[in-house]
Amino acid sequence: MFRQASRLLSRSVAAASSKSATSRAFSTELPSTIDSTFVEAWKKVAPNMDPPQTPSSFMKARPSTASSIPTKLTVNFVLPYASELSGKEVDMVIIPATTGQMGVLPGHVPTIAELKPGIMSVHEGTDVKKYFVSSGFAFLHANSVADIIAIEAVPLENIDPSQVQKGLAEFTQKLASAATDLEKAEAQIGVEVHSAINAALSG
Amino acid sequence: MASNAAVPFWRAAGMTYITYSNICAKHVRNCLKEPFKAEALNRENVHFSISKWVDGKAEKPILRSDTPGV
Repeated sequence: MFRQASRLLSRSVAAASSKSATSRAFSTELPSTIDSTFVEAWKKVAPNMDPPQTPSSFMKARPSTASSIPTKLTVNFVLPYASELSGKEVDMVIIPATTGQMGVLPGHVPTIAELKPGIMSVHEGTDVKKYFVSSGFAFLHANSVADIIAIEAVPLENIDPSQVQKGLAEFTQKLASAATDLEKAEAQIGVEVHSAINAALSG
Repeated sequence: MASNAAVPFWRAAGMTYITYSNICAKHVRNCLKEPFKAEALNRENVHFSISKWVDGKAEKPILRSDTPGV
């Protein structure tokens, strides 16, 4: 409801005092062009050297926040070893945030969510792809772009249920016999991860 | 919304987020079906060579292959 408010406010401030530097643009709104006055000043001081490249000249600017909510959500799903989804346009993703399962539709309020072990499902029309993510973070941007980062994510059908049962039994037993706080926490993580996989497979 | 909840149990036990998330990832890898499991565990192998610097000269490098976690 108020997602456009900050932009509208900054616009009115910019109109009131167009030459002041107080209305600083967000990084998502910065133009990717190189500052020409800086380049000229640089050429005067160091005519034989190319002006340094800034991140904004290497990276494409994020698409600006449209005034109307787009129909699709753009998802970037990244693992340390692979890029699972890159700029894919989907209808909805459901992410396992630590505060509970979170359905993300286009036009979601900007949020950063920590992920817990659980199912992440990507809905594309009638097509639903389910991953089990171990942990990570999801960054939901105002322009209906979601960056989801996980340490390990596997398709649900690649999980072996017998291994899950074995692991669950092992760590439940370890939790009972743990002596130190650290051992206890490690066993607790084991129990939580395995029961999350178990719930994911049965649910 | 800022969370006012107590720190997670693993943080209270002195673990960092990196340790926690690596342990989670390790458990998930161990629960995979066979062709995928070997592939995932292989990917996590780390190979590096170390050579000690003694008397201004590098000694013969030692190659180490580690599998993180237990």
